[in-house]
Amino acid sequence: MTDETDRKPAPGASTNRRRFLTGTLAGGAAIAASGGEAFAQRKRKPIGPNPDNQPPNVPEWSKVLGDGVASHPYGKPSKFEAHVVRRDVEWLTASRESSINFTPLHELDGIITPNGLCFERHHGGAAVVSPFDHRLIIHGLVDKPLIFSMDDIKRFPRTNRVHFLECAANSGMEWRGAQLNGCQFTHGMIHNVMYTGVLLKDLLNEAGLKPTAKWLQVEGADSSGMNRSLPIEKALDDCLIAFKMNGEALRTEQGYPLRLVVPGWEGNLWVKWIRRIEVGDKPWFAREETSKYTDLMSDGRSRRYTFVMDAKSVVTNPSPQAPFTAKGRNVLTGVAWSGRGHITRVDVTLDGGRNWREARIDGPVLDRSMTRFYVDFDWAGNELLIQSRAHDSTGYVQPTKQELRAVRGVNNIYHNNGIQTWLVRANGETENVEIS
Amino acid sequence: MSRSLKVVLAVALVAAPLATAMAGKLGLGREATPEEIKAWDIDIRPDGHGLPPGKGSVKQGEDIFQAQCASCHGEFGEGKDRWPVLAGGLGSLKHDRPEKTIGSFWPEASTVFDYIKRAMPFGNAQSLTDNEIYALTAYILHLNDVIKDTNFELGQSNFQTIKLPNKDGFYDDDREVAEKHFWNRKVCMTECKPEAKVTGRAQVLDVTPDGKSGPKVD
Repeated sequence: MTDETDRKPAPGASTNRRRFLTGTLAGGAAIAASGGEAFAQRKRKPIGPNPDNQPPNVPEWSKVLGDGVASHPYGKPSKFEAHVVRRDVEWLTASRESSINFTPLHELDGIITPNGLCFERHHGGAAVVSPFDHRLIIHGLVDKPLIFSMDDIKRFPRTNRVHFLECAANSGMEWRGAQLNGCQFTHGMIHNVMYTGVLLKDLLNEAGLKPTAKWLQVEGADSSGMNRSLPIEKALDDCLIAFKMNGEALRTEQGYPLRLVVPGWEGNLWVKWIRRIEVGDKPWFAREETSKYTDLMSDGRSRRYTFVMDAKSVVTNPSPQAPFTAKGRNVLTGVAWSGRGHITRVDVTLDGGRNWREARIDGPVLDRSMTRFYVDFDWAGNELLIQSRAHDSTGYVQPTKQELRAVRGVNNIYHNNGIQTWLVRANGETENVEIS
Repeated sequence: MSRSLKVVLAVALVAAPLATAMAGKLGLGREATPEEIKAWDIDIRPDGHGLPPGKGSVKQGEDIFQAQCASCHGEFGEGKDRWPVLAGGLGSLKHDRPEKTIGSFWPEASTVFDYIKRAMPFGNAQSLTDNEIYALTAYILHLNDVIKDTNFELGQSNFQTIKLPNKDGFYDDDREVAEKHFWNRKVCMTECKPEAKVTGRAQVLDVTPDGKSGPKVD
């Protein structure tokens, strides 16, 4: 490949996007429609290399003044990063108010997800809740029912924790086979954030739990009134009531001003806009823990209370939206996580599982947090079948999709943590595949 | 400092915050009033906890359903576009494409009442009266052949006589037993298999679902 090709900012990204769009048109036009807006934006304002700005020329930004301070009181990403956005798959849901979009994992590095890129999942739209009027009530099997304002909650001792939040349906479209081309779509129902908040057990202690307390119903203030039952052991162990993410107030889409953090457990339990906690002696059988978020097995029965997210990993680069653009030295990277503890090791194969190597883990390795891994290698331009396999601190080893299907069938929808395969072709084009 | 003075000082230092420290309370928040709790406490449990007074018939429910629900869920709960299907699918849970509805899948009728009361109609939540919710619940259960008599009146007193077909179709998470083989296994690192063949491709394997057959995230 020429030097010129190498310099283009992600040339493969745009050609691959076109390929992706046309490819999906054959299978179903809806993805193209949902990606259409971002695509049109790109066409209007083409961003690419300009020889006038390259050596030996002096680029324009070296001659003129840039914006002064406070031109952007709240800073935004560079205009060259405008393609780094959450995207949705329109055919997946009936309306955008009860829907999901996906974190662009292939554009991120390190372990922290920027607040504006954290995937959204709403059941009644993103409620706009005033912090002045928001209240949290704790009642039921308590000595004294209490009501808290935001100011009250911020007077409890605070704690900071980095945790992943993964929707139980992440990779749910892939149970029957490779379907969506892009780790954003196959694995993007996850984000990893540092939360600041107070311990749920401190709030419960303030109300005083009665000895018969066994379950909590946690409920959101949005128009879906999202409610789930949470075992008291988990509530007293490590749950937080959080008001900050990555240092700033929660985003509206993530439950501003107050959300529940349930480390390692499926995202649906992390109730946003949390307004009420009822203490009870048994679970509630809410819609989201019976009709939804139960796992239908091939014998027609269903697992329930499958709260913990199993260990999982995915190679984010290369991937269909972020292919290799040059032979020779390359960086393969990805993320791994486990709801049961921390990641101890990630194995990577380039030849479809015939041979594996241990990836290099870099950055913080935290309990129930995303962990970043790398394989630095020389690519000869040959076809690759890339997979990653996570190991966690409980000894769990991420299974293949076939191993998972052998136990859980294909109608499960939720908790698909099987090993992902990317096929890298000689021209760099990368596709979501399954292998023998 | 004498030993006794030390003790007195130590006691004094501890004693000041003792009232709160003993119970571990911080004195934050205030007591919620019964009115505040009553206004927000909308949840219903299978054992009848939370069921309000009131009643409504299948016939009354049909009128409300056609006016407020059918535009999304269809006249017979069959679901329009990708809106949730409410009825049918009985016996389909082992099928290739199971239809998970209230009649075929949900374990408890209380969930119907609880969910309508908190979240329906979509975009106009908490607008229905308890009598209307009883009537709607009765009608939806009628669509699912759980209630057969169109004159049936569902209310607080007879709610718990209702049993759904898939009540016993659920069991607690057993992954640590059923999937024990995913733990502590020796992984192969070199020459693990003779070859790896592509068996499925996102671009070729056309499993992109049509309007009804794919996994739903409603």
